[in-house]
Amino acid sequence: MARRYNPAMARWLAHLVVITLFVAGIAAACTRVHPDWNWSGIWDYRQKFVQGWVTTVGISLAALVFAMLVGLVVAVMLRSRMALVEAVGRVYVEAIRGTPLLVQLLIGFYVVASAVGLENRYVVGVLVLALFAGAYMAEIFRGGLDAIPAAQLDSARAIGLTPAQAFRLVVLPQAVRIVLPSIAGQLVSLIKDSSLLSVIAISEFTLAAQEVNAFTFSTLESYLPLAAGYLLLTLPLATLSRWLERRFRYEAA
Amino acid sequence: MRLVIHALARRFAGRDGRPATTVLDGLELTTGDIAALVLVGPSGGGKSTLLRVLAGLDVPEAGSVAFDGATLPRDAAGLRAYRRTVGTVFQAFNLFPHLTALENLLLPLVHVHGLDRTAALERVRGPLDRFGLTAHAHKRPAELSGGQKQRIAILRALVVRPRRLFLDEPTSALDPEMTGEVLEMIAELRVAGTQFVLVTHEMAFARRVADEIAFVADGRILAHGATATFFDDQADPRVRRFLETSQHHA
Ligand SMILES: Nc1ncnc2c1ncn2[C@@H]1O[C@H](COP(=O)(O)OP(=O)(O)O)[C@@H](O)[C@H]1O
Ligand SMILES: [Mg+2]
Repeated sequence: MARRYNPAMARWLAHLVVITLFVAGIAAACTRVHPDWNWSGIWDYRQKFVQGWVTTVGISLAALVFAMLVGLVVAVMLRSRMALVEAVGRVYVEAIRGTPLLVQLLIGFYVVASAVGLENRYVVGVLVLALFAGAYMAEIFRGGLDAIPAAQLDSARAIGLTPAQAFRLVVLPQAVRIVLPSIAGQLVSLIKDSSLLSVIAISEFTLAAQEVNAFTFSTLESYLPLAAGYLLLTLPLATLSRWLERRFRYEAA
Repeated sequence: MRLVIHALARRFAGRDGRPATTVLDGLELTTGDIAALVLVGPSGGGKSTLLRVLAGLDVPEAGSVAFDGATLPRDAAGLRAYRRTVGTVFQAFNLFPHLTALENLLLPLVHVHGLDRTAALERVRGPLDRFGLTAHAHKRPAELSGGQKQRIAILRALVVRPRRLFLDEPTSALDPEMTGEVLEMIAELRVAGTQFVLVTHEMAFARRVADEIAFVADGRILAHGATATFFDDQADPRVRRFLETSQHHA
C-alpha cells in the first residue's frame, strides 16, 4: 500500500533537517576557532544563568503589561479628533521610534530617573522598556482599531450601547483578535531588547553571561547558552504568533 | 404609529475638498395611524439618510420628527434613550462577528436592558425557535448564510421588545433565495402587529405589507399615500416611471 504524502509531516521534516544542518554548521565553526571547550567551568555558573534568565522573563512580562496599557491609551490618542491629544500621541510615538533604545535607557536612567529621584534600577528598566515597546504597540493597536468597520459602531449605537460600552464590548474584542499575532511578535522583540538593560547593570540574562565570561574567559561557552536561552523563549512565541494569525483569519467575515 | 415630519433638513459638511451637500431638504410627511410605512425611491434619493434620523442615529440640521406626538430628542443622552426603545436593521454587517448568534441576541438584553443572563436566555429561546434559528444559535456570523445573518439581526432588534423597527433594505445584499426567507419573516411580524418603517426595492412586497408608501427622491417626498391607491395614477412623471420599471422587475 502506497503511503500518502503528508504535507504537515513534510514540513516538520524539512524544519528538522534545516535546524540540524544549521546547528552542525555553527558547531563546526566553533570547533575550528576554538578546539578546546571549557564546559565544566561554565557548569559551575549555571545558577547565574538560570537567575538571569528568570529575571529576563520577569522583566519582559512586566514591561509587556505596561507596554500594552501604554499602547492602548496612545492608540486611542492617535485616533482622537482633538488635535492636541493626537499631537501628544504622535510626538511620543515618533520620538521613541526615532531614537535607539540604548539612548533612551541612558537618558531615562542617568537623567530622568535621577532627576525625579527614582532609584530602583529594575523599576526604571521596566518603565523605559515599556515606554519603548508601548510606542510600537500603539501603532499596532491603532491599526487594529482602524480595521473595525464603521458599520459595527452603527450597530452598537443602534442597540443603545453607550460609547464606552461600544468600545469595551464591540470594538476592543475585535481589535484585540486582529492585533494578537502582532503583539506576540512584539513580545519577541521586547525579550531581545531587554538584553540592553545590562548597560544599566540589571542582572538579566545577558549581563549574567557577560559576567560568567569575565570570570571564566570562556567566551563561546558563555554566549552559546545565552543564544539558546533566548531562543527557548522566542521560538514558541513566534510559533504562537503564526498560529494566532491562522486561527483568527477565518473569523473576520 | 402616527409619524409627523416637518421641514426636515440634513446636510453633510464637505470633506477633502468636496462641497457640502444637502441631502434632505425641507422634507415633509404626515402619516395616518398606521403599522407599516414603506419608503421607496431611486438610489441616492435620501432614504437611508431619512431612516437614520428616524432611528435616532443622526441628528438633523433642521426640522422635527414626531412619533405619536413625541418629538425626537436632539441631545446624545436623549437619543440613546430613544434608540433603546426602537430597533434598527441595516443592509448588512449588523451582527458582531466575534460573538455567536446567541451572544449577539443576549448582548443588548444584558448590557442595555439590564436582564440577567438566565432571564435573557429565557427571553430569546421562543423567538429563536419560532423563526427556525435555534440550530444556528451557537454559530458565529461567519458560519451563517446571509439570510440567517439578517434574520438573527432582525431578531436581535425584536427581543428587546421595541415600539417599532427601522429596516434599511434588509434584503438588498442577499441572493434571491435568501431574500424570500427574510421577507417572509418581516411579513410574519407584520401579521403579528409589529410596527415598522421599511426601505425596500421589492415593490411586490411593499404592496403586500405597507399601510402607506412614501416615494423619496432628491431629499424630499415626491409622492405619498395609502398602499391601495399609491400605484395608480401618480401625477409626478418620475414617480410613474420608477413604479412602472420596478413593477416589471417585481
Ligand atoms: N455621511 C455622508 N456624507 C456625505 N454624503 C452622504 C453621506 N451619507 C449619504 N450621503 C449622500 O446623501 C445622498 C443620499 O444618500 P442615501 O440616504 O444613502 O440614499 P438612499 O438610501 O436613498 O440610496 C447620496 O448622494 C449620498 O452620497
Ligand atoms: Mg440606502
